[in-house]
Amino acid sequence: MTITEKILARAAGKREVSPGEIVDVKVDFAMMHDLTGPLTVESFEKIGAKKVWDPARLVITFDHQTPASSIDAAKNHILLREFARKHRIVHFYDMFEGICHQVLPEKGFALPGKVVIGADSHTVTYGALGCFATGVGSTDMAAILATGKIWLRVPESVRVKVEGALRPPVMSKDLILHIIGDFGMDGATYQAVEFTGKCISRMSIDGRLTVCNMVVEMGAKNGIIEPDRKTLDWLRGRAKERFEVVKSDPDAEYRDERIYDASRLEPQVACPHSVDNVKSVREVEGKEIDQAFIGTCTNGRLEDLKMAARIVKGKRVSRNVRFIVVPASAEVYRKALDSGILKILVDAGALVESPGCGACMGCHIGVLGPGEVSISASNRNFRGRQGSPDSEIYLASPATVAASAIEGKIVDPRDYYA
Amino acid sequence: MPRAWVYGNHVSTDDIIAGRYLAKHDPAEWGRHAMENIDPEFSKRVQPGDVIIAGKNFGCGSSREQAPIALKAAGVSAVVAESFARIFYRNAINQGLPVLTCPGVSKKFKNGDEVEVNLREGWIKNVRTGERVEVQPLPDFILDILNAGGLIPYLRKKMEVKK
Repeated sequence: MTITEKILARAAGKREVSPGEIVDVKVDFAMMHDLTGPLTVESFEKIGAKKVWDPARLVITFDHQTPASSIDAAKNHILLREFARKHRIVHFYDMFEGICHQVLPEKGFALPGKVVIGADSHTVTYGALGCFATGVGSTDMAAILATGKIWLRVPESVRVKVEGALRPPVMSKDLILHIIGDFGMDGATYQAVEFTGKCISRMSIDGRLTVCNMVVEMGAKNGIIEPDRKTLDWLRGRAKERFEVVKSDPDAEYRDERIYDASRLEPQVACPHSVDNVKSVREVEGKEIDQAFIGTCTNGRLEDLKMAARIVKGKRVSRNVRFIVVPASAEVYRKALDSGILKILVDAGALVESPGCGACMGCHIGVLGPGEVSISASNRNFRGRQGSPDSEIYLASPATVAASAIEGKIVDPRDYYA
Repeated sequence: MPRAWVYGNHVSTDDIIAGRYLAKHDPAEWGRHAMENIDPEFSKRVQPGDVIIAGKNFGCGSSREQAPIALKAAGVSAVVAESFARIFYRNAINQGLPVLTCPGVSKKFKNGDEVEVNLREGWIKNVRTGERVEVQPLPDFILDILNAGGLIPYLRKKMEVKK
């Protein structure tokens, strides 16, 4: 069995499962946030459920509209605070902690061998630490809150082997954009994508989280990386409970295997309006931009901010560009503050905002107006995602975004990296 | 007679209902803004019972369940697509919105064609061309959920029967 099959088998109380089978699995941790939570609570109450199956296994975060961007957002926060109080939810993170997909790994909920289900599509991020993690809607989440279980179809697995090493300032973001461009936006629908190979072993946990985060952009049910020494070191002092490392069997079956060589990869960019419209940055160099954004559950981590700081250090961003930086979590924010990264960014002209989803989804910090162009270290460039339907989003790595912010147009970060 | 609204591949949940409308819990309002980013005419002209016909990967992107709620509130009675993204597919069934998979369907309809849908027998028909195409059949338990109007009314009904 593959790692994904083994985890689902354990959670279903079975010795073995095979792809296509529908299984009822026990959820180790569930998550909802300020935008999907209210609808979940409504469904939970409509079902007639009286209590949350296990108040220590539901995590609630506020991140999408924090601090409240409207009266409606504030009402959602009030509703969830009351729900958390009433049901004595142990792990309730009000708006001080940051994005769910950074907070759950940091606080030790995303653990090897566990099943983590979140009411958010980017829940797939946690697979970077060796758990099965996927996103669902609010009604499914309400059913989990009531029962602690969910039915899932066991996915076929696809193995993505990445050899070689990324050559900085080429980043893990460039790699996953390249892979999505190759698979297409529905190239992995309903599948588990298992990443392996030397490049993945060499990659930091921050980088691995970025890679798994974006598998949903090619339709995957989950992304996953076998835990190794690095995973265990990272989890030390964080893990909320005991866990067991699960790995794929040598004779596990894969529906497909694709092999990539990271050494030859150039900086990549996903052009409007689809995530699989991927080109090399060189091909679109010179495109003028109005906004440059670094943040989100894809690229708001310390490694990302560090790279951006290295590129803009001692320089000043273009007068024509709003350079917005949003650390993914309070922990990232504090580390970036203590290490001087934020000072470098602010000195270069960055607007550093409080941890949260930031400009990613077009209802808060940094909404785009008609005709505006954004280069964004986020995960989606759908038409109107960051504001006006007449705006354009180019997705790229933090290195590319930072270099582009300096010039006011899209440029290759290799020319700015010493 | 219901009419077809034909779209291409990869219609995302951002296309179905933009993020800027999510905070306010108001299904009717979501219905008024359905498909706004890619088709501002849709919500003005859609009639109760109309059907969305689409290409591959319908409903990709965000897990927002407001997407199928918005389509239902706008009056859409079913979505027939060549394939669906997984979270939207589950959400639609949970909300009682029929989602039917039918390879090649987006080429068989033009915007505004009259459509006939038969869920139980598993086919849809283009009244203009007279062509009837089979859709992939839905298992009985999903039909039961759809007939109940979604997962929650389905569960409530089951609980009442038990009592």
